[in-house]
Amino acid sequence: MDINEVRKKVKKFLTEEFEIEEEKIKPDADLKSDLGIDSLDFVDIVVVVEDVFGFKITAEELKNVTTYDNFCDFIYKKVSQQ
Amino acid sequence: MNRRVAITGIGIYSCIGQNIADVTKSLYNGTSGIGIMPERLNYGYKSPLTGILPSPNLKGKLDRRLRIGLAQQGEYAYLAAAEAFENAKIYPDYIEKNDIGIIFGNDSSTKPIIESNKIMEEKHDTAMVGSASVFQSMNSTVTMNLATIFKLRGVNFTVSAACASSTHALGLGLMMIRSGMQNIVLCGGAQEVNLYSVMSFDALGVFSNRTECPQKASRPFDAARDGLVPSGGAAAIILEDMQHALKRGAKIYGELVGYGFSSNGEKITKPGADGTTIAMQNALKDANIAANQINYINAHATSTPLGDAAEAAAITNVFGKNTPWISSTKSMTGHECWMAGASEIVYSIIMMENGFIAPNINFETPDQYTAKLKIATQKVETNIDTILSNSFGFGGTNAVLIIKKYNE
Repeated sequence: MDINEVRKKVKKFLTEEFEIEEEKIKPDADLKSDLGIDSLDFVDIVVVVEDVFGFKITAEELKNVTTYDNFCDFIYKKVSQQ
Repeated sequence: MNRRVAITGIGIYSCIGQNIADVTKSLYNGTSGIGIMPERLNYGYKSPLTGILPSPNLKGKLDRRLRIGLAQQGEYAYLAAAEAFENAKIYPDYIEKNDIGIIFGNDSSTKPIIESNKIMEEKHDTAMVGSASVFQSMNSTVTMNLATIFKLRGVNFTVSAACASSTHALGLGLMMIRSGMQNIVLCGGAQEVNLYSVMSFDALGVFSNRTECPQKASRPFDAARDGLVPSGGAAAIILEDMQHALKRGAKIYGELVGYGFSSNGEKITKPGADGTTIAMQNALKDANIAANQINYINAHATSTPLGDAAEAAAITNVFGKNTPWISSTKSMTGHECWMAGASEIVYSIIMMENGFIAPNINFETPDQYTAKLKIATQKVETNIDTILSNSFGFGGTNAVLIIKKYNE
């Protein structure tokens, strides 16, 4: 899976599962302030990532992940390690 | 302080209609909302009979975070509450400036507990349960979610008292307003209807098995009754200090004038004529009215052999040989359990407002107990000023409410 495919899948679950408007999802969009993802949503992101990508992440691992692009890079790195 | 308590808004989501207008038609026409849920038989229930109601789709009405914490009964309750607020002409800007409370009856939330348990059995990791399950699973799921959705800032809690839950919720709302602690309280009850919701109830063998004609299965007071039909939905009622309501020009649907309760102190499932007699007497005393001033009794009668007989005996104890008109709307709705007390107040207000008594459908042959009652077998067109509504539950919890037509 390449980075573009990761981005496509992340954007899909952010729009479908989290009902975030697609036009807000820009590379430098801040997950909290721009996309409105709060601490409870991060709990659900862990579940969705397991479902979509087949591996578990923890909320702690996401501490330094602040933007949409950071998040896609983080997921891509995890995918590459599988 | 002993302030009068007005009813200024009503909302309903039930198997005989999902709004006040449709429910009015069903009550007037004696329409049953009972059907079959075949998957219950496959799952292992003894009886597949249930109230049938559509699943609400709140996508587009509520944003995701507000929506996903709602269990099924919370979704029903949201729609009933929205209708009640609309009828009461209470809008978000008003709610923001006034401390409105919420007290609902709810005594289970089975589906989310079972679903999260399935995840745990498979994944063995709480991180896979997600964020919404806890807010759906707790008994206070309805009040915690509705208080958040409607941004309520007054009293906020749930009453769990089996099938008398929402009657006690209204009784507590009455006490809050009478005492001056609150001006407006959203009261109600909610009951889930799904594959899992009443499986432990079914285990007791108290559900009707009259599956050949589901709409004839719930037959309160009839000699051939063979058990209750479980049902559910949600009902919402706005209670308001009378002066407060009049001052803001609200429509007064009626007045809540009495609340009585008692506990049987007997076997956990045993219906008790003594305890229910006391609860009715306490409600009359609280309302400061005589038994002969009651025009109509909305009976608890669920269609179980023992329960209906005990209630019939209690009604005879309180009202003597000349009882008021009586019907059990459960003949049409089935037993709405935690929601029943609140829904039956909504049904009673509809009857009071429209001048009719809804029929106790399927009452064909009385037995030795029910023969003493003046049961409305057909719709009765009559003026009703004062109504008594009974609710009784497991553990012998009894609650009775009395409402009156508004009169200056």
